[in-house]
Amino acid sequence: MRKHGKVGYLLLIPGMIWLILFFVIPFYSLVATSLYDPNGSVFAGYEMTWEFSNYVHALEDYWQPLLRSFLYAGLATLFCLVLGYVLAYAIAFKAGRWKNLMLVLVIAPFFTSFLVRTLSWKLILADDGLIVNTLQFLHILSQDGRLLATPVAVIAGLTYNFLPFMVLPLFASIDKIDHRLIEAGGDLYASPFVGFWKVTWPLSLPGVVSGTLLTFIPAAGDYINAELLGSPQQRMVGNVIQNLFTDANNYPAAGALSVILMAIIVVMVLFYVRRAGTEELL
Amino acid sequence: MSQVADPGNATDADGAAGSAGSSGGGSGLELRALTKEFANFTAVKSIDLDVPAGAFFALLGPSGCGKTTTLRMVAGLETPTSGTITLAGQDITFAKPYRRPVNTVFQSYALFPHLDIFENVAFGLRRRKKSDVDQQVNEMLELVELSSQARKKPTQLSGGQQQRVALARALVNHPEVLLLDEPLGALDLKLRRSMQVELKRIQTDVGLTFIHVTHDQEEAMTMADTIAVMNAGVIEQMGAPEELYENPRTTFVANFLGQTNLIEGKITGRSGDQIAVDMHGIGVSVNANRAHTDGGEGWVGIRPEKVLIGDEGESLDAPGNTIPGGVVSDVSFTGVSTTYLVRMPWGQELVVFEQNTGRRKLFRTGDKVELSWRPEYAFLLDRSQDASAGAQTN
Repeated sequence: MRKHGKVGYLLLIPGMIWLILFFVIPFYSLVATSLYDPNGSVFAGYEMTWEFSNYVHALEDYWQPLLRSFLYAGLATLFCLVLGYVLAYAIAFKAGRWKNLMLVLVIAPFFTSFLVRTLSWKLILADDGLIVNTLQFLHILSQDGRLLATPVAVIAGLTYNFLPFMVLPLFASIDKIDHRLIEAGGDLYASPFVGFWKVTWPLSLPGVVSGTLLTFIPAAGDYINAELLGSPQQRMVGNVIQNLFTDANNYPAAGALSVILMAIIVVMVLFYVRRAGTEELL
Repeated sequence: MSQVADPGNATDADGAAGSAGSSGGGSGLELRALTKEFANFTAVKSIDLDVPAGAFFALLGPSGCGKTTTLRMVAGLETPTSGTITLAGQDITFAKPYRRPVNTVFQSYALFPHLDIFENVAFGLRRRKKSDVDQQVNEMLELVELSSQARKKPTQLSGGQQQRVALARALVNHPEVLLLDEPLGALDLKLRRSMQVELKRIQTDVGLTFIHVTHDQEEAMTMADTIAVMNAGVIEQMGAPEELYENPRTTFVANFLGQTNLIEGKITGRSGDQIAVDMHGIGVSVNANRAHTDGGEGWVGIRPEKVLIGDEGESLDAPGNTIPGGVVSDVSFTGVSTTYLVRMPWGQELVVFEQNTGRRKLFRTGDKVELSWRPEYAFLLDRSQDASAGAQTN
């Protein structure tokens, strides 16, 4: 036993070094930056003055993009869940010999870059594009109505970009479900609909939890979709942080906002996982 | 093979099962010309079956014989290609599984891993919006002696306990018919034997119709009132265990249920209820009601424990059929009994099983012996059938 323990610790070392170099040190640096004196500058240097007021100011100034981020990410996650569940269910249970091909198709978009894919949505949702024209023709959209630079475009982009992160864990979970359990549900007087809610859905919950986390967390911090498909009215917290770091050179405010985003996500995830009752799965 | 399972079988066995079942009264399960074809083979070929209410009925056969497919059609998990299924007078051939008063104990138990034992058992009752779920579930858990495990998850239980949960989960719904698909297959031998007794006790207690699918002939014979032996999609023979064992109609049944010696013979005459057979130059006789061939040749069948072994010229209590000229070629002594292999003058080795009562001497390899048996124990089967059909190699 002891010997095995030693080997185990040795095997941990590469990972630990990686984490220290690329997570612990940058995280320390980020938290430290968030507490610097905001009157400093990148060129003049910053002084550590334990400015906790940075956090208060960040929340005061940017609560709107922060809230918007969680709203957009939440909606995108919900749409991903609905679309992804149907897709994953179909691939797992109905695709038969097409199963592997369909899985490849799900991840095929990753073969092109995130930026290119998002930019192509600009064409899809363009003002004189097919979708806008059709919606205008059907009077769902007014004659001068548009989709680009609206929340619809940003949420659609987020949903599209993060859908594979939802489908893959859902598929893994649903594919594992023993068909005999669903048969047993039917044998015990559950109609197909009731059987789904009482057997299939609860057994797929681990996939639902990991899929929603894998979608929601990166979506909440995303800035590409809002940048390319939205307007300043759709700014998400990621855009604000990027702007503070690169254009405004306000490192302390950017750091404080980053830490706030992280903290909120961690609290939400803990709460969510508790509620879902799937702690043992994580 | 299919010519063997004539409809007469079903009618015969119907009578036998009817007398064995406790209630009867035509409210049982009836299968008529039930057939299931898959893409490239026919799993079940037009079978007819009557299971009287209250019976413990076994479908026995080797894997791939169609017994599980038959069971799944009764459960509604497979749709028959043709034929009908009638339960308590109602045609349920195409009824949805969740609308049939039938429950299944699955081979793998198929317990819901996300629910505890109590909720597993309550599942069927809750779906049907029963009012006294708690009381019924608790009573059922008591019956299978698992009351103390009610709040555990299935994975925390042993195989035998899981098996009893699966049984309770099905039984609590009081189905018209309980289907058991190799329910004891995953248990070790000792546990299997005690569960056989337990299942039989529960069936007697609740008085429900049980249909038990198994490939274990000993299990089927221990538990069932009536056994239907299936092979290659047809029912070879149906009847009470003793009847199947003592008077098999086909070589498959003779070999699948226990062991048997099959010796080639020519039919030389029929007089009254006796049939004279010439067995490699030795005349023996067989009762007419145990002869299942019309041809001029047949297999004379005799169970190893019905064969007596003695020294040459020794007179044994088996008037009628004496076969001299045997040489003991193998002796296996197991304490309670001895099994001999005896090479006959025509080259065949016959199996002889003798109880070690202490009154008989032990023979050794190379001893010259004489075999004999009472004519009423022998049976005669169709020569066109494969003498090794259904033989188990274990």
